[in-house]
Amino acid sequence: MPWLSTLMGVSVLGALGVTLVRNDKLAKQFTLVVSLIVLALTVAMAVQFSPNGDKFQFAETYDWIPAFGVHYGVAVDGIALVLILLSVILVPIVVLASWHDAEKGKRSVRTYFSLLLVLEAMMIGVFAATDVFLFYVFFEAMLIPMYFMIGSYGGAQRSYAAVKFLLYSLFGGLLMLVAVIALYSIAGKGTFMFSDLVGTVQDVTTQKWLFLGFFIAFAIKAPLWPFHTWLPDAAAQAPAGAAVLLVGVLDKVGTYGMLRFCLELFPDAAKFFTPLVITLSVIGIVYGAIVAIGQTDMKRLIAYTSVSHFGFIAMGVFAMTTDAGAGATLYMVNHGFSTGALFLIAGFLIHRRGSQFISDYGGVQKVAPILAGTFLVAGLSSLSLPGLSTFVSEFMVLTGTYQRYVVPSVIAATGVILAAIYILWMYQRTMNGPTAESVKSLPDLNAREKWVVAPLIALLLVFGFYPKPLLDVIHPAVKDTLSSVSVTDPGAAVPVAKEGQ
Amino acid sequence: MNGTIQAPTIEYALLAPMLVVFGAAIAGVLVEAFAPRYLRSAIHLPLTLLSLAGAFALTVWQAVKGVPTKPAAMGAVAVDGPALFIWGAILVLAFVSVMLINDEDHFVAAAAAVPGSAEEEQALYEGAAHTEIYPLVLFAVGGMLLFPASNDLLVAFVALEVMSLPLYLLCGLARRRRLLSQEAAVKYFLLGAFSSAFFLYGTALLYGYAGSIDLAQINKALGAVGGQDTLLYIGAAMLGVGLLFKIGAAPFQAWKPDVYQGSPTPITALMASGTLVAAFGALLRVFWVGLGGLDWNWRPVLYAVAILTMVVGAVLAITQTDIKRMLAYSSIAHGGFLLVGVIATGTSAAQNTSALSGILFYLVAYGVTTVGAFAVVTMVRDAGGEAWHLSRWAGLGKRSPLLAGVFAFFLLAFAGIPLTSGFFGKYAVFQAAVTGGALPLVIVGVVASAVAAFFYVRVIVLMFFSDPAADGPTVVLPSRGTAAVVAFAALATVVLGVYPQPMLDLAHSAAHSLFVR
Repeated sequence: MPWLSTLMGVSVLGALGVTLVRNDKLAKQFTLVVSLIVLALTVAMAVQFSPNGDKFQFAETYDWIPAFGVHYGVAVDGIALVLILLSVILVPIVVLASWHDAEKGKRSVRTYFSLLLVLEAMMIGVFAATDVFLFYVFFEAMLIPMYFMIGSYGGAQRSYAAVKFLLYSLFGGLLMLVAVIALYSIAGKGTFMFSDLVGTVQDVTTQKWLFLGFFIAFAIKAPLWPFHTWLPDAAAQAPAGAAVLLVGVLDKVGTYGMLRFCLELFPDAAKFFTPLVITLSVIGIVYGAIVAIGQTDMKRLIAYTSVSHFGFIAMGVFAMTTDAGAGATLYMVNHGFSTGALFLIAGFLIHRRGSQFISDYGGVQKVAPILAGTFLVAGLSSLSLPGLSTFVSEFMVLTGTYQRYVVPSVIAATGVILAAIYILWMYQRTMNGPTAESVKSLPDLNAREKWVVAPLIALLLVFGFYPKPLLDVIHPAVKDTLSSVSVTDPGAAVPVAKEGQ
Repeated sequence: MNGTIQAPTIEYALLAPMLVVFGAAIAGVLVEAFAPRYLRSAIHLPLTLLSLAGAFALTVWQAVKGVPTKPAAMGAVAVDGPALFIWGAILVLAFVSVMLINDEDHFVAAAAAVPGSAEEEQALYEGAAHTEIYPLVLFAVGGMLLFPASNDLLVAFVALEVMSLPLYLLCGLARRRRLLSQEAAVKYFLLGAFSSAFFLYGTALLYGYAGSIDLAQINKALGAVGGQDTLLYIGAAMLGVGLLFKIGAAPFQAWKPDVYQGSPTPITALMASGTLVAAFGALLRVFWVGLGGLDWNWRPVLYAVAILTMVVGAVLAITQTDIKRMLAYSSIAHGGFLLVGVIATGTSAAQNTSALSGILFYLVAYGVTTVGAFAVVTMVRDAGGEAWHLSRWAGLGKRSPLLAGVFAFFLLAFAGIPLTSGFFGKYAVFQAAVTGGALPLVIVGVVASAVAAFFYVRVIVLMFFSDPAADGPTVVLPSRGTAAVVAFAALATVVLGVYPQPMLDLAHSAAHSLFVR
């Protein structure tokens, strides 16, 4: 069964279907059903995945544009599979969470949900693409639905944020396009299939240029310091649901691309640039965390925490040890859930009070205990409390990096401490203390919102205590990736240091 | 001299598409002369559309029958693979443009009347209309067909004039903003006449150098004739000026915004699509067939021109507030992208084929989308006619989501977003250029694309993310023709963006035979 095409096909047909439904309420329910069907299908596919089987499974390859050597080629390995799972789990949650988001501006509700489903298809496609050109097509095309979601349904500064988001990403994408074309013509294979292109570029200087073409695009997308400035604007202006998909999934395309394309296609260049990337990552970790502490706007704060977290992920990818690589991949998934939860709960709060500013809140815990409690759990997972899933991944990234790069990992570990400051301080200012006048009558989470938050909290807890199923899937894929970069883990003699907290 | 004159052989069958168009144009003139006024329009429209469709059918038949490998009409006209493809493209684009022209609301009632005068009032009152536009368009289209196919410089010059003169006239016939329209016509005429003179002068100098105006003969003379290099260089440069002017390449781009802005929008659509296609065909043929041996000299110049054109087009477009001027600058930028493809031509036949097929695909993709975009422009109107000022477009996405959505889609295609035709066009020429070793040019190209994306996106922001003006323009109910054009353009933009293979194959097989010599 062509699983991956089915997934995308269902999403696209669902998107078309939504535009035909005349009633807004029905359209929402329809979207929810479609996204749940996609989720069910993905789970059905995932259980058939054999972690130690072929590298790429569920492969489908058809000629798309023979004139350019372009294929419609999709397949998943462990890394892609968990990221697709992340996407399809988040979509129904986002649908439920955005139930009333599109209504405020008297804009078409159906369009919003239709864009959401289009985006879902593209998110699956971008992770599943095994043809570099197809990957590029999805990479660029998925900007458009997100652009309209931010621009049409976002906050006051939405058009500025949407344009900034689009232009930054487009610019990176165009640089990547040059590298894609150059890769094709240098390889001279007449095909864009990833597996055929691996190892074709031997000249190190060429590799370096092509690496930069890809890497800058991914660094903008991820975003890595100093390419991050679009993210706080976009995430703060986007409706909460779109922000979750933007930060939780779209940005993962950047780190995923680094792992899949930068490392495997240009191994020598990747090694050459590793010190640079690690430096940028560490700067990003600390910088993002410090700037987050200073934010007055909750959504911007969460966006900056993501800049910090993406530093961890990129560092894990480029540390090139199995632990760090697997940790980084796991981090991509966990970050999606934890930041997703933070954005959504903050979104509920903002929706109630109508303000994004921390100073407008205070003592919410007394009037809305469930909201505050779940917010705390999501926040704690963001600061990597042991027992919550992000801890596992952050720990793996740090120990994995330590095996090769001691100083960066030690500096990066301070990010964990800073995380405690920005999260707990935000919690303290909004939820504790005397109840502010304006939030006295704040209602607690309603049933729909509980349904949104519950699965996320459950996932954070489950993977916090038992990450093995995910790691089992991720590990072979990461090993395979690193072996194609011909890196072996440094001698295990280095004792795994306890973390500095 | 033995007293007998060899009659020239003319392959009428090969030239049939042009002959049909020119024949219909002359018939149109006769209609103007003899048919009663109330019947003219009713006769012109079917005549024009049928002749274009017939010419298209003949072109297809020609291509199916087999592409000739020798120039026709005693070496004057080359009906080869690229020429047939370009003919097909021009005929389709002209056909859809005529469907826009059909809406006579765009044209002035009495062109000769002073704007705002009593005569104009009177003509409007009487419901007068210039039905001459149909034969004029057909003459222009005939010229467009001949221009890229002309295999010697004199025929090329004749074609250039046949194409341009009717367009000069048509530019001045806009119903609204009369002064702007007349200004456009005068500007276009004066500058166009200059460029034609350059072309003619270049022809003369090259004749002085090579002793022939035949492109193949000129190419043969390169290297064989010594001591006349000054003639050659100046001649080639002047020829280049004439051709680059028609493309609207910088630094000869100044006419484009003014003319596009002032002309009746359907005529702008015809110029932006058909003329561009024809001019690129001619440029390729002249530089390739005629001056191919000189490419060490012209390539660096075109390199610079391409960079300048992309940058000027993309940067100046940002400051525009008139939608048609913005599209004009966008057309300049796209001309620059196409020039990247021209530079991608090289020494190997495979490289030439891929560059040429890339250009051909780009021309079709861009031409169709452009006609569609201008068709949308004709539909967004307020009290004074088309709502030309960009600020008037604010909030259009809320009042007529479908139309605004289609227009946004066209703009995304111009910006080269994947899954639109524009992306594959750009990709095709850029890929050819990278393979041809013009990587720096491609980098300039993508940076220019990113800048260009900014102003396309700005229009989308206006339409969708801004609140509608209180007395904003209304979208007129499109006539059947206009609706069909928009639908056709949107469909083509989608199909060429999702499944471009058939068109790429067609372009490839057309380009495969390259230009005949």
